Amino acid sequence: MNQDTPLGGHISKRFDNELEDIRHQVLAMGGLVETQVSNGLRGLFESDSEIAQRVVQDDDKVDRMEVNIDDQCLKILARRQPAASDLRLVVAIIKTINDLERIGDQAEKLGRNQLELIDDDAGSSHCMKLEHLGELVSKMLNKALDSFARMDVDEALKTIGLDEKINDEYDGMMRQLITHMMEDPRTIRNALRVSWCARALERIGDHSKNICEHVVFLVQGKDVRHIGLKEQVEMASK
Amino acid sequence: MQQRINKTASPSLSLGDFESTIGENLLDNSKISTRDVNVSYGDKQAIYDASLDIGHNQVIALIGPSGCGKSTFLRCLNRMNDTIAICKVSGKLMLDGEDIYDKKMDPVLLRARVGMVFQKPNPFPKSIYDNVAYGPRIHGLARSNAEVDEIVITSLEKAGLFEEVKDRLNAPGTSLSGGQQQRLCIARTIAVSPEIILMDEPASALDPIATAIIEELIDELRQNYTIVIVTHSMQQAARVSQRTAYFHMGRIVEVGDTSRIFTNPRHEMTENYITGKFG
Repeated sequence: MNQDTPLGGHISKRFDNELEDIRHQVLAMGGLVETQVSNGLRGLFESDSEIAQRVVQDDDKVDRMEVNIDDQCLKILARRQPAASDLRLVVAIIKTINDLERIGDQAEKLGRNQLELIDDDAGSSHCMKLEHLGELVSKMLNKALDSFARMDVDEALKTIGLDEKINDEYDGMMRQLITHMMEDPRTIRNALRVSWCARALERIGDHSKNICEHVVFLVQGKDVRHIGLKEQVEMASK
Repeated sequence: MQQRINKTASPSLSLGDFESTIGENLLDNSKISTRDVNVSYGDKQAIYDASLDIGHNQVIALIGPSGCGKSTFLRCLNRMNDTIAICKVSGKLMLDGEDIYDKKMDPVLLRARVGMVFQKPNPFPKSIYDNVAYGPRIHGLARSNAEVDEIVITSLEKAGLFEEVKDRLNAPGTSLSGGQQQRLCIARTIAVSPEIILMDEPASALDPIATAIIEELIDELRQNYTIVIVTHSMQQAARVSQRTAYFHMGRIVEVGDTSRIFTNPRHEMTENYITGKFG
């Protein structure tokens, strides 16, 4: 453990290592969840049942990582009674892995819906409508995890701003899908599946936003949840 | 992943100086008010320019590494340092607007108003009853034996000890367990109706159960008394106090609400101490 890193420098080097270890595991979990989302989208766009199947199966790995990190956080709370930035780190990690697990669940939904679309032989044309939304969501998740890794409040606040774009894109997409369904009721079945995928992506955006808010809490000790972006920026810059 | 880990930024905080206290060390309406207090033992200065207000009916915890001056500061508040010949105190220390170090201030009466509980329980070699009755008798607080009885019972009740000793009030105070002895000392302090109770690591010699009882008691006593507690236990400070002052090398580095100090301290030295980054 480097003394210069924000987590280091405790008299107890074991404590340094424990904190650094759980942080690394969160980043590893973030990496896995990112892959799950990316594969979930690939499965949809490429109509690839093998990838979709793998996404569904690999959700177990994400769940196990959450349980494992949770357990280690619990032990740190019990053994070390962390305070100040250490306490905020452990709390932020507990919350972040919960969001990551939920993102994993949404990625699994992408996989499951794709398998059903494949069963119906719907092809990938419906899903291509999700491409732009998928890109935005992947970018936001990537930036949220980067801001967590760097403990970078500025990056976190910028990333929170992406959630509005995602919500706008989602609303537009839903309007489009409703129009399709009204015009041709035969598309309802598949259009609903696509709308569930869109909903899953929109939720991933919400969870990524939560992760960014945990970063602000971790670094500055400020709770910026449930307020508008403008207030979040003002509060974080005080 | 590895790329992400390597991008971790270094902390942007810097130690800076700690000449002046940061946080909320001054209050509008305080019970005790200290300004620019300097204390030295001979050539060695122990406290530098300490300015701290202590509010009514609140518990303030003084924390910091060994030798940082917190106990010295505590002992200034009831002039216990008067007993050390080489100790010099300067600056203003006011109790309800009265100068604690004024020549007209009687230290004995001051110590009745500002009671003290020490690290090691120190009951007198007398009965439980006499330990508590001693103060009211010498200060003339009771006109009859019935009044002394009442003070003893009330004080033992307030200290949460009465039920445990009511059948053996004539037994020696030293026959009690460590935790009970400490509560007896608290009852002895309460018996002279102090306004403030100073506690110098009151639970450091006690087991976790006796410690929990003392901490519970501190919370109850807060309704009627102002309490200043010196403790080395971060968790204890976090549990029992409403405000916390962090001392380092004779200076008060930071003061603030306990909940803030333990979740989001402003000074890096406070952060380092409470997270165990230096002793």
